Amino acid sequence: MAAQVFAYIEHKNGVADDTALELISAAQKIYPDASKTAIVTGSGAGLDAVCIDLSASYAEVWKFDSEALAYPNAEVIRKLLVAVLPPDAVVLVPHDTFGMDLSPGLSIRLDSVFVSDTVDFEGFEGDNLKVIRQEYSGQVSTHVLADLSAGAVINIRPGVFQPDESKSAAGQVVDKSSETGELTATRRFLEIVEAEAGDVDITKEDILVSVGRGIEDQDNIEIAEELAAAVGGVVSCSRPIVDAKWLEKARQVGTSGQTVKPKVYMALGISGSFQHLGGLKGNPFIVAVNKNPKAPIFQIADVGVVEDLLDFVPVLTEKIQEGK
Amino acid sequence: MEILVCVKRVPDTAENEIEVDSDGADIERDDLVYSVNEWDNYAVEEAIQIVDNVGGVVTIVSLGDAESEEIVRREMAMGANNGILVSDDAFERSDGKGVATILKAVVEKGNYDLILTGAQADDGAGQIGGMLAAMLDVPYASVVNSIEVLNDAQLKIGREIEGGNQEMNEIALPCVLSIQTGINEPRYVGIRGIRKVASVDIPVLGAADLGIDAAGVGESGARVKRIDYFVPQLGEGAEILEGSNEEVAGKLIDLLKAKGGIK
Repeated sequence: MAAQVFAYIEHKNGVADDTALELISAAQKIYPDASKTAIVTGSGAGLDAVCIDLSASYAEVWKFDSEALAYPNAEVIRKLLVAVLPPDAVVLVPHDTFGMDLSPGLSIRLDSVFVSDTVDFEGFEGDNLKVIRQEYSGQVSTHVLADLSAGAVINIRPGVFQPDESKSAAGQVVDKSSETGELTATRRFLEIVEAEAGDVDITKEDILVSVGRGIEDQDNIEIAEELAAAVGGVVSCSRPIVDAKWLEKARQVGTSGQTVKPKVYMALGISGSFQHLGGLKGNPFIVAVNKNPKAPIFQIADVGVVEDLLDFVPVLTEKIQEGK
Repeated sequence: MEILVCVKRVPDTAENEIEVDSDGADIERDDLVYSVNEWDNYAVEEAIQIVDNVGGVVTIVSLGDAESEEIVRREMAMGANNGILVSDDAFERSDGKGVATILKAVVEKGNYDLILTGAQADDGAGQIGGMLAAMLDVPYASVVNSIEVLNDAQLKIGREIEGGNQEMNEIALPCVLSIQTGINEPRYVGIRGIRKVASVDIPVLGAADLGIDAAGVGESGARVKRIDYFVPQLGEGAEILEGSNEEVAGKLIDLLKAKGGIK
């Protein structure tokens, strides 16, 4: 019997998240002949639009419509999934802040394995799925064997698998709202506090001079500011710089910061974790300056300079100023 | 409030280049500089600040080999009251569920209102907090970047979600929270601070002390196993510019001009 794979669909304002179609490709890679079921939870009119849209891509779309599901509270959705999934289900979830909230506990409740933040699959060895993950911010990869004989919860890194746009499933929407059981929670959602706007809008800039841990000291931010001034760009940064309070949150590029689409992106002392790269869209020309030749940023950059940014960048800035 | 903070000793990626060893069985561990996992350090600071505000006790626990004692001591030097080292050959190569099973036994030996972990570690999967909460059947929230104690039974917490937004929740105690970096500014620990706790007794608990069936944890109990390390080959990689800094800067300026990188 072909395996049954379930995909948890994230959606907003009646539109499914990009990951909805990426999970199809991931499922296909795990079980080429899998029957794929989308699980869509929510409330109201937008939910139907998402379900109908996805029925073109999934053989079945399980719809769960309830006031209690209006905001995706992981605790509530965990209860729901435990109530409705078969015991040996293989469940795919996007690895984002929702997936991180939902999945580890779900695997305990389902008594199945959990595999976090996966980037690829290389088939089965017996009951064991051979999974590829990354460690140390992508500096090294690992093969992991996960025993799927009692089911699994597998978190899929967003943006890694190609979305399956074929829309060839001709599936059906099944309303399962009556099967959820009681949806109470000990954690209650209150509100979303929107990020504060900063003094610059890095999402609108063509040239970003972005600094990371390699800047080493708050006083050195000046080095990046001088380069930005010389090239006519603005300074952005990676997460550690905001954690250290050296630059404001509005300047942070990444999944937990801003999504930017510059023409040119200069990554100075940035290792290039997937959370950082997740905020970089539009295929910019990427220049990486990093003293660590193994930094993952060099794999995706167009041009690299293996050098301490504190030594190299002042030379570059001066030469640009001379040429003007 | 009684708070337990789970911490882990990891290679410090700010201090090391991580390389795969010759047969791919492990990373090259000679000469690695280790430290407390960065996320865990924020969790310890947060616990100390909560106790400073509302009173209570902070206990640090680390699962690892004998060398993990040094990070327990370091975190105690920040101002935590107690430390526990959990160590046993039978615990080695546990998967996430194994680690959570061991920590559950530690939690059940105490009387904690709040359990904190780091949201993730560089060599981990961001899974322990969520698994532990499910095993204890208490509420859980991940990537927490603010905590406000409302009363003895409830916290108001913020979660860092996509786009720099914050998701606010009320959560009932006892609960498990995984802490995101940036929630606070961890205090500096000097030599003097470490010296103060140098002779504090840190009990070591093993499988027998915790009443854990060794077959269910460690390598024998693991259903998720890392089998090797390798260096990823993603795309073609960058064209590396060679030469003196002057020469490289010159080449780079030509490229930047061509790509609209100099206005």
